[in-house]
Amino acid sequence: MATEPAAIVTHGLTRRFGSLTAVDHLDLEVPRSRVYGFLGPNGCGKSTTIRMLCGLLLPTEGDIRVLDLEIPRQAETLKRRIGYMTQSFSLYRDLSVTENLQFVANLFGLDRARTRRRLDELVQTYRLESLTAQLAGTLSGGQKQRLALAAAVLNEPELLFLDEPTSAVDPQSRRDFWAELFRLTEAGTTLLVSTHYMDEAERCHQLAILQEGRLMREGSPEQLKADLGALPLLVETDRPHAAELALADLPGVLSSAQIGATLRVLVDAEDTREPVTDRLRTQGIEARVSTTDPNLEDVFVAATQGGHRT
Amino acid sequence: MNGFSLRRLLAVIRKELRQLRRDRLTYAMIVGIPLMQLLLFGYAINMDVRHLPAAVVDQARSSASRELAEQLLQSRVFEFDEVLASPAAADRLLQQGTIKAAAIIPPDLEERLPDPDRKVFQLVVDGSDQVVQQAARQIGQFPVRSLMRGDASASSDDASAVEIVSYYNPQREAPLNTVPGLIGVILTMTMVMFTAIALVREREQGNLEFLITTPLSSAELTIGKVLPFIGIGLVQTTLVLILGAWVFQVPVRGSLLELYAAALVFIIASLALGIFISTLVTTQFQAMQAAIFTFLPQILLSGFIFPFEGMPTPAQWLAEVLPLTHFVRLVRGIMLRGAGLVDLWPELLALVVFATLAMLVATLRVHKRLD
Ligand SMILES: Nc1ncnc2c1ncn2[C@@H]1O[C@H](COP(=O)(O)OP(=O)(O)OP(=O)(O)O)[C@@H](O)[C@H]1O
Ligand SMILES: [Mg+2]
Repeated sequence: MATEPAAIVTHGLTRRFGSLTAVDHLDLEVPRSRVYGFLGPNGCGKSTTIRMLCGLLLPTEGDIRVLDLEIPRQAETLKRRIGYMTQSFSLYRDLSVTENLQFVANLFGLDRARTRRRLDELVQTYRLESLTAQLAGTLSGGQKQRLALAAAVLNEPELLFLDEPTSAVDPQSRRDFWAELFRLTEAGTTLLVSTHYMDEAERCHQLAILQEGRLMREGSPEQLKADLGALPLLVETDRPHAAELALADLPGVLSSAQIGATLRVLVDAEDTREPVTDRLRTQGIEARVSTTDPNLEDVFVAATQGGHRT
Repeated sequence: MNGFSLRRLLAVIRKELRQLRRDRLTYAMIVGIPLMQLLLFGYAINMDVRHLPAAVVDQARSSASRELAEQLLQSRVFEFDEVLASPAAADRLLQQGTIKAAAIIPPDLEERLPDPDRKVFQLVVDGSDQVVQQAARQIGQFPVRSLMRGDASASSDDASAVEIVSYYNPQREAPLNTVPGLIGVILTMTMVMFTAIALVREREQGNLEFLITTPLSSAELTIGKVLPFIGIGLVQTTLVLILGAWVFQVPVRGSLLELYAAALVFIIASLALGIFISTLVTTQFQAMQAAIFTFLPQILLSGFIFPFEGMPTPAQWLAEVLPLTHFVRLVRGIMLRGAGLVDLWPELLALVVFATLAMLVATLRVHKRLD
């Protein structure tokens, strides 16, 4: 088991659209039976990467191996073994929940009896029982997402791609959704999830932080926080906005964000703590500056603003 | 590749039919377009061809000529109540549109009547009006000689008794030609547009992105989506044939089976064109525009509206490349002249070649990727 090859391996994976490089020399290694996250801002190339990994888009450069298949050459073989939940709803809005699932079951060649059994299972697992006859287009955001997930896992894929699966869903539904995802990994499925939510990223076993198509950081959330390479400071003050302005151009300050009455400031090193306190004092802003534990947002900010470091 | 799976093909067809059933607008258009077009174009045929204003120019001024005028009046097709002195006066009224036809009775009427080699009189008609053309044809069948002899039934020397001179439209396109050609026009309109739109819809609404990651092949998807339209095309053909026969008495003189065979080839050619268009555009709106772009020249150049022979040579060359041109010839031949596919083989061959080429190009362009 330990020597089982990684689910996904890429070398120098690159995709250009005209003069734009959407994905820039990505080297990835996604282990099996894990949740692997792509974290990055809009347009950083998450969807493009996933599309190349499924064989939907041709890479401009680089090699891809998915489930030990060479992509795009063996993409057709791969398609029976993966599931893909697209970023925007891609089932038929004018078909009912059951009709959509039946259609997908037929595409994967399930016979009548197996289709019925599988549909019963899925409808139950994804809490769609009361919605079977409803047209997919009239489902709520969360219901649509559950249907899309049901369709994506219908063929019991070894590898599941989920492109921003919970973007239109409330926090409670998101928690439920993740519970379902973890059940899948327990059954041995490998999951690749793209997101720009920190709380979602926090749940992944392993994370890749992407920016402008490049891999900025990679590792488990804990590892990433431990290796932050920057120091988060908590500035408690009555005038957080003034404090933010005062610190904006101070060398060594990577970013600052107001959180309630406090200001969270990310600085490059312990040495910068003194200048921060000095600057606030000289500007006449009363404040208490303390260090705090890093969180994923800090990692993200440091990774996307603090220059390149992989 | 996965090979071709009948199960997946049937799944796509079933899905397509379900969606079609819920898509009221498309549904209405499938029936509505033939109905509307037939009535619009057919109206010109069915218009009451009675009491059209007409004049008699009686140059003989004899009892025979008066009797002829009386007989013409009885025909009820034209209302010959205007009696004019000279053909020039008739010309002027025709030009003004006051009258639609003029019967010119020659001064030597009595000498012409017994001579089967000579025309008895001349009917000058406003050829710009299809209804008048049709009416003139009826007068053309007028058994003048028998009537003037007082015979009860027509005889052989009636055949060439009336000389019809058609002003403004010397080709004398029979309005009867409209209905057969209309089958082609309706099929072009619906088949090309609907397939292009149906295929582009999968892409535009994002369904394709999911479908590509399933074992469904592009051939299964394309054929599955297009097959229902063959059925729809045949239904439309039937609809036009039934309505044409029922409302406008348009006959099918040739073999019905051959007519459907020709329609089938034409439907496939149009579907292939629709598939090809779908590979060039990205939105349903563009698909519609592109479909109209292929549809207009076909209607204008196919001979459906303007006679082929009257078109300038380059336009004729262009017309020869368009499938509708060949289908119009096929369908007119079969329905009106009772011709068989054997007689019309060059037209059929042209359609088959077009369908094959378009299908080939379309298949090469459809591929199972997003880029
Ligand atoms: N088909 C295309 N043609 C041209 N540019 C494209 C195409 N697809 C993506 N891009 C560009 O590539 C870049 C990456 O896009 P991508 O969709 O992968 O981003 P993303 O990380 O998924 O963003 P989001 O979080 O908004 O979904 C963007 O700048 C986008 O505009
Ligand atoms: Mg995306």
